[in-house]
Amino acid sequence: MDTLILVIIGLVAGPVIGGLVAGLDRRVTAWFQSRQGPPIMQAFYDVAKLLGKEKMVVNQWQILCAWVYLIAAAVSVALFFAQGDLLVIFFVQAVGAVFLVMGAMSAKSPYSQVGAQRELMQILAYEPVLILVFVGIYLVTGSFSISSVWELEQPLLAKMPLLYLALGYALTIKLRKSPFDFSTSHHGHQELVKGVLTEYSGPYLALVEIAHWYETVLVLGLCALFWSTNVFWMAALLIGTYALEILVDNTMARMTWRWMLKRVWLLGMGMSVVNLIWLYAG
Amino acid sequence: MFGSFIKKSRAKSPWIMHFDCGSCNGCDIEVLACLTPLYDVERFGIINVGNPKHADVLLVTGTVNHRNKKVLKNIYDQMPEPKAVIAIGACGNTGGVFRDAYNVVGGVDKVIPVDVYVPGCPAKPEAIIDGVVVGLGKFAQKVEEAE
Ligand code: SF4
Repeated sequence: MDTLILVIIGLVAGPVIGGLVAGLDRRVTAWFQSRQGPPIMQAFYDVAKLLGKEKMVVNQWQILCAWVYLIAAAVSVALFFAQGDLLVIFFVQAVGAVFLVMGAMSAKSPYSQVGAQRELMQILAYEPVLILVFVGIYLVTGSFSISSVWELEQPLLAKMPLLYLALGYALTIKLRKSPFDFSTSHHGHQELVKGVLTEYSGPYLALVEIAHWYETVLVLGLCALFWSTNVFWMAALLIGTYALEILVDNTMARMTWRWMLKRVWLLGMGMSVVNLIWLYAG
Repeated sequence: MFGSFIKKSRAKSPWIMHFDCGSCNGCDIEVLACLTPLYDVERFGIINVGNPKHADVLLVTGTVNHRNKKVLKNIYDQMPEPKAVIAIGACGNTGGVFRDAYNVVGGVDKVIPVDVYVPGCPAKPEAIIDGVVVGLGKFAQKVEEAE
């Protein structure tokens, strides 16, 4: 019964938190550029408007792919809130990510195709890091289940600081922020138009957007696990991490996928492996 | 309740797409000036998108000629309903100083239906923002009539 309630809380809170975070993000970004910026609720207005638009698709695949992406993201957040198994969460969100790429691949438009290739590269870069973070959690707690993290006396961050830094890479890629925003190009009038999202329009774009909110909440939730012992410090950690994320987004140019693979695999996975060896030996 | 939220949101998040039908670039830089911190149209939820499939409002600058009228029509057709078209500058409205040239069709309304005409050569950013606001009113009206 408790699990069911947690699942429902996760399903409802996911988009609400994700949308607010997206709105705040735009607000802070505008502040960086000495502008006023849109209202905090802007992300909800955007999605509501998109839901009310005409349904236009290039082919039927896109409808399926948008829905699977959304459902996978929602299920992974629900599992996270229900204290599920980290590996199951990982596989469910990976299915969603792959379906987004398939939807983009199904259209012939070159923008969408190139965006899909780049999105695949991004998946290739962040998935190993996520897995290594989960392995680290296993080495510390002896289980892949989230509930075991809550039983810890000491925050995870003390045991796996390098893995947290590596998770920062995954967070930047997952949020599609500079310097890793090359699959969707943050601003829609750049070289890629909107990459994977080019061929989605109207309500289907709204579905993809909501799914993206869920994913944001999921990755932020993973970050929250690193200071599970104290709610206050957990909030401070999350706010600090996200503020840093926005700062990086605003001060970096977009890089190439080769740069990303080198950086994330060498630095991100390097740090993770060092941390894992330390955990294993120590 | 959700329906009325959608309706309200339409006016709060107009994504514009900007198409240049052979303008002298005067009107285009004014459109882009709207995005700068001085005018900051993003505070009204306006985003400049590069993709007709995501756009609600089409801003057209420059005179339409026989080359680009097909492109203009194509872009217009790719935008999902409800949508609005705003012609900007003397050229977009009527053909401007180029209206007598042999390759010129005339204003934007010769090819696609236009909702709002923003005058000026070039049109001022304030006038363009005004035009978008009036355009939103029009498209709210259109949606109402369609229902
Ligand atoms: S209206 Fe004037 S400024 Fe605008 S495109 Fe035409 S000639 Fe240029």
